[in-house]
Amino acid sequence: MLETLALVIQRAVVQGIPLLYGSTGEIITEKSGNLNLGIPGIMYVGGISGVIGAFFYERSTENPSSLLLVLIPLLASILGSGLMALIYSFLTITLRANQNVTGLTLTIFGTGFGNFFGGSMAQLFGEGGSIALTQTSLAFQTSFPFAEKLGSIGTIFFSYGFLAYLAVIIAFISAYVLKKTRVGLQLRAVGENPATADAAGVNVTRYKYAATIIGGAIAGLGGLYFVMDYTSGVWSNGGFGDRGWLAIALVIFALWKPNVSVIGSILFGGLYVIYLFIPDLARSTQELFKMLPYVVTIIVLIVVSMRKKREYQPPEHLGLSYFREER
Amino acid sequence: MRNHAANKREPLFHIVKRDALPLWKSILVRVIAILLALLVCAVVVVFITDLNPLEVYKSMFDGAFGSSRKIWTTMQNTAILLCISLAVTPAFKMRFWNIGAEGQVMVGCLGTAACMILIGDKVPAPLLMVIMVVVSIACGTLWGVLPAIFKAYWNTNESLFTLMMNYVAIQLVSFFCTVWENPKGSATIGMINMNSQAGWFPSLFGQKYLLNILIVLVLTIGMYIYLKYNKHGYEIAVVGESQNTARYVGMNVKKIIIRTMALSGAICGVAGLLLVAGTDHTLTTSSAGGMGFTAIMVSWLAKFNPLLMILTSFLIVFLERGAGEIATDFRLNESIADILTGIILFFIIGCEFFVNYQIIFTKKRKEADSDA
Repeated sequence: MLETLALVIQRAVVQGIPLLYGSTGEIITEKSGNLNLGIPGIMYVGGISGVIGAFFYERSTENPSSLLLVLIPLLASILGSGLMALIYSFLTITLRANQNVTGLTLTIFGTGFGNFFGGSMAQLFGEGGSIALTQTSLAFQTSFPFAEKLGSIGTIFFSYGFLAYLAVIIAFISAYVLKKTRVGLQLRAVGENPATADAAGVNVTRYKYAATIIGGAIAGLGGLYFVMDYTSGVWSNGGFGDRGWLAIALVIFALWKPNVSVIGSILFGGLYVIYLFIPDLARSTQELFKMLPYVVTIIVLIVVSMRKKREYQPPEHLGLSYFREER
Repeated sequence: MRNHAANKREPLFHIVKRDALPLWKSILVRVIAILLALLVCAVVVVFITDLNPLEVYKSMFDGAFGSSRKIWTTMQNTAILLCISLAVTPAFKMRFWNIGAEGQVMVGCLGTAACMILIGDKVPAPLLMVIMVVVSIACGTLWGVLPAIFKAYWNTNESLFTLMMNYVAIQLVSFFCTVWENPKGSATIGMINMNSQAGWFPSLFGQKYLLNILIVLVLTIGMYIYLKYNKHGYEIAVVGESQNTARYVGMNVKKIIIRTMALSGAICGVAGLLLVAGTDHTLTTSSAGGMGFTAIMVSWLAKFNPLLMILTSFLIVFLERGAGEIATDFRLNESIADILTGIILFFIIGCEFFVNYQIIFTKKRKEADSDA
């Protein structure tokens, strides 16, 4: 019984980590007032950039060092998703384009980018067949050696690759920075009311750019975790599914707080896989179970808006471009 | 993070909102943007495939207009996309960010398919058609009105609410796909009423898509008139500009929001009807195929003008079908279509800036790239 429970929790965490990355990134972005609906696309790009980096590194050497096996995909992923976020930032902040439209375009582009290179990279660069980055994924999946000896506790806490722990660390750091530091305060001011922040001497443009790009890079790591750790280095087209949108749902569920998002991501992950652990479930009912995270999010959204508690609301200026001369 | 030094510096340029650009100039800006986008696309394609870009564009054109069957399919796709774009437009004009068209179309599809499967052989054809219309519209309306009620009374964020409703709808469809699966175990429905063709739209003059296209054409003109010459349309515009103004002049803002979203959802329901009864004759989780999202682009690019939307929806469909043809012709993964569409949309989105704003340089001698 205990072992089953430990297994459920482990599965929930593994499912939750990409969502945690995505939602942490999106929270940081949204705190600056940018509703980046391109996160699903960015996560695809984060994943495929890592794959591309790993693919070329694995091909270039006979004996890859495990440090570089981790470092190269990691940097490639950050670079790829950061560039995507830069496109979004340039269009919405500098060119003041509509955020919804830009974000959705980014998702179309990013998903296409991921599936195109994922599906045809092996074919484009020789070899053929599908890509399986065994060595890289082994490096990413390395977990604590003592995990197996600890039984259930080991399964729950110590059985993950390093990216899982990094996700939690990043979430807590973000929560701290947003809540306790001057930078966080100014960032929140930009998201709540950019005109006031501007008048107070905060460089609105710089904050918006920085938050969106850092947020995008963090979200992209979720895609990297998914392909390197969860699917063991095998890219399958569309395999990432709707997790990007689920990450955006998680932002609402966590009430724009990255530390709440840690628990929320495990809960969402659990809701995502719970049907696997309920015996005698009809296949059709399974599909209804997959609806749960979204329904829960809607309920949270409604309850929060009804209670009107100020600290639970979305940033006031979310989704709007800021133009200083427009009053 | 205080930068006094930066504040002392004269800004290199400042940006001013334009009053109105002459029509020909604003068209010119957009044409230049599309040409630039095509250039970038060509570079990308050549980089990936080493093919002659002209060949690529020729094959793109073939994909959309190569044969009369292809032309009809292009027109049909345009019609469906246009229909969904019309649906989101009144809501957008009201600054109600309905990103839930995908879900609203899906439930429309679901309603239609349910009628065809459950009562398809039991009621006479004309009655069936009426029931299908009513049910699909009712489903779409329900999906649209729910977020609107919460927006109107509790100011619940509508873009996030409608976004979530998409996935509830998709999972619902997925549920029913398994319930009604045919053959057993496939988790797909297959052609509905393959033999009796009950609930299928009839062919007009031998063209099976013609009825769809005509319906959407009527809707387009209707929407144009509704938004431009009807009191409702005016109210939508006022609420979109400023809810306070609307309240001040005595408009019932809550009622307008709910009514407009009901309309938006209803038209999405119609789109679902056209998709299932008029086009696919089946139901899958990807029946709407992302068009609920693309429609937002179409509507926005056309500046919420229903007549211009004919053009923009056609442009998007042309790009998608053309890029799809490139994919098959040159044996590329079909996702290349999404990449090219994305690039072109980025340029079109970006060029709006130059239509709406102008840059005035204060000192021309310094390099102007420090902002980018």
